[in-house]
Amino acid sequence: MAMVQPRSIRARKLGAHLALLGFVAMVVFPLLLVISISFREGNFATGSLIPERFSLEHWALAFGIPWERADGSVVQPPFPVLLWLWNSIKVAVVSSLMILALSTTSAYAFARMRFKGKAPILKGMLIFQMFPAVLSLVALYALFDRLGQLVPWLGINTHGALILASLGAVALHIWTIKGYFESIDGSLEEAAMVDGASTWQAFRHILLPLSVPILVVVFILAFIMSIMEYPMASVLLLDEDKLTLAVGAQQYLAEHNQRWGDFAAAAVLSGLPITLVFLFCQRWIVGGLTSGGVKG
Amino acid sequence: MFVTNASRGLPRHRSRYPAERYTRWALRALTALLVLATLWLVVAFHLRGQWMFSLLFLVLGGSLAIVFGKRELMSHRYIFPALAGMGVFVIFPLVYTIGISFSNYSSSNLLSEERVRAQFLGQTYQAEGQAFDFQLVREGNRTRLYLEAKGAGDLEGARQLVSRPLAHAEAGQPLAVEPAQAAPSGEALGIREVIALRDALEALTLVTPDGTELKMSGLRSFAPMLPRFAENPDGSLTDRRDGGILTPDHEHGFFVTEDGERLTPGWPVAVGLDNYTSIFTDPDIRGPFLQIFVWTFVFAGLTVVFTLAVGFVLASLLQWEHLRGKALYRTLLILPYAVPAFISILIFKGMFNQNYGEINLILENLFGISPDWFTDPALARTMLLIVNTWLGYPYMLLLCMGLIQSIPRDLFEASAVDGGGPLTNVFRITLPLILKPLTPLLIAAFAFNFNNFVLIALLTEGSPDILGASTPAGTTDLLVSYTYRIAFQDAGQNFGLAAAIATLIFLLVVGLSALNLRLSKVKV
Repeated sequence: MAMVQPRSIRARKLGAHLALLGFVAMVVFPLLLVISISFREGNFATGSLIPERFSLEHWALAFGIPWERADGSVVQPPFPVLLWLWNSIKVAVVSSLMILALSTTSAYAFARMRFKGKAPILKGMLIFQMFPAVLSLVALYALFDRLGQLVPWLGINTHGALILASLGAVALHIWTIKGYFESIDGSLEEAAMVDGASTWQAFRHILLPLSVPILVVVFILAFIMSIMEYPMASVLLLDEDKLTLAVGAQQYLAEHNQRWGDFAAAAVLSGLPITLVFLFCQRWIVGGLTSGGVKG
Repeated sequence: MFVTNASRGLPRHRSRYPAERYTRWALRALTALLVLATLWLVVAFHLRGQWMFSLLFLVLGGSLAIVFGKRELMSHRYIFPALAGMGVFVIFPLVYTIGISFSNYSSSNLLSEERVRAQFLGQTYQAEGQAFDFQLVREGNRTRLYLEAKGAGDLEGARQLVSRPLAHAEAGQPLAVEPAQAAPSGEALGIREVIALRDALEALTLVTPDGTELKMSGLRSFAPMLPRFAENPDGSLTDRRDGGILTPDHEHGFFVTEDGERLTPGWPVAVGLDNYTSIFTDPDIRGPFLQIFVWTFVFAGLTVVFTLAVGFVLASLLQWEHLRGKALYRTLLILPYAVPAFISILIFKGMFNQNYGEINLILENLFGISPDWFTDPALARTMLLIVNTWLGYPYMLLLCMGLIQSIPRDLFEASAVDGGGPLTNVFRITLPLILKPLTPLLIAAFAFNFNNFVLIALLTEGSPDILGASTPAGTTDLLVSYTYRIAFQDAGQNFGLAAAIATLIFLLVVGLSALNLRLSKVKV
């Protein structure tokens, strides 16, 4: 608490609250709107934030349940949202686990070992990481197209290809974990090794149990990144039942057939869990995201 | 720094514990298996003539064997998997892309030269000679092919021919047909069944008693068919129908007729710097490219400025110790960051819709205007900036909050003692102190928005289009989405040109990240 305080604090406080509330209203409006739309009847209904004509039609369709309207006509679900969500989660879990394994082991080496080419490799990784995947899509497509002719489960239109392709994005995570490892004192591992533990054992039984928090953060970070990944999935996946949510969701708002209401329900259904996970873990995630730069 | 045994390369003794020995052997077996698997891929790609991929896996398998085979490289074993991932999925695609940028690889020049040649040699035409109508006549579980000459005129050979009974899948060998007096007894197959057997029928070659070869020429007829092209020793093809010569043009990757007409499909050939020169000299490409280039910089720059401004102001407000409910504000304010971008962008796409979107409804009611967000270039760009500021300010807010917190409190006290107001505090204390550590993050944010493909792809898809462009180019396209559209959306699918632009972007990005590394003084 500051000892010296300027005058007229009350008026300024009020102003600050008003400004913040106004801004929050603007920011939250689209999100509330979508929730509201998901309960409105029909695909083009407009009106106040609290729906005047309440209907669960869009939610039933989002869950894949055919909906019978008041006039007796039955509406079939337009898209397999739950399947897309499942695809997204499947791909995200597997690829985040693999990313975690790859980045943890290499972060260990970068944090604790001395070897040739360490500095250039670390810097090189940061530079190459900046190259957006969109630009190498032609090459990735060619790679998986050819690979698929030899190994069918790694071809175009498979989740295997998408998972494998995500393994390139490890540099950021390596930096994050490396920073955490460096903050842990090495004397414990040293002591273990004096007592005859191998390098791997020191890593596996001493360092890893101490680093569970950062591993969780990196896993969640990789998970969210994978869920949101759009360009690679849009090129590598073709069939409707293979799509991930990020690629599938846009089909609701196709040029000539916009299903605004159906989209709203699907968006809330699939976006809410991810949003909650993010909010729940935001403290750690933000720390991980910014740790690369704030040091300077 | 503490250094482990591994990096000193000390010998490892045979372990006393059986479990550990077994684990080591299992690891060795796994390594050997992986090496064998990559070797198999190397050979398979090599046999298919795809030397680039063969080389990729040769390097991968080779380095795997070396790193896991030599004890001195113990440390490298830990980083190998991650490096291999980056190598195969980031660096290789990059090298491949740069390679493509020097070729004319596109949808018209896609197959290898051998495949193109084989495709031409596989073409047939109907030669002079008697054509026959055919029927498939069922006989038990086999079918006979029955041919009847077309037309009424006299014929040297037999008018009616019949084959021996065939199993359905039979093909390949030339099949002799014998003269017959009448149609064989039995039910003829309907057109549906004939279509189902089409592939097998097309593979058949029939030989009449006088030695003429017949091939299927339509769904109801067989006729003497000849390969349309004959290969000459010098590599050119002769068109048997009109005697024209097709010469392979290795400079452009097409077969060319004597009139200079190029026949598709062609094959990819190296074209040197053509793609790069066309970006800068071809007016139909240069115009849109420069326009998009400038817009990309403006977009990324303005996004950083706007998000930083909003984030900084909010962070300063939230840092004020007299304010209550900061945690709630904070949570609500970072909501846009927590909602998956692909969902919020689509929400905005619906909200900005010109006909029924909520934003135009509100504007219509309040001011009686209804802007064309998606068809007017300036408005479309404004919309992108609004949406991107909404998406991006929470990141800046979080950064600024973290940095403001690290400013010593007594600086503000000193300022208050000297009579400084809040504005003085912001411009004389807070901003100067956080700007330096913020710079590398701002550059990273700039680079990210420079390549913000998802926003463009989901919100505007680049539209409205730039008129008079020979490639698909829109007024809201960024360089990345422009590249994506050239490669994947255009009918021409000009991979070579797309790769050239990608290479240019890569050079820019490398410059930015090198600058970034220097500014942030990353310690390794």
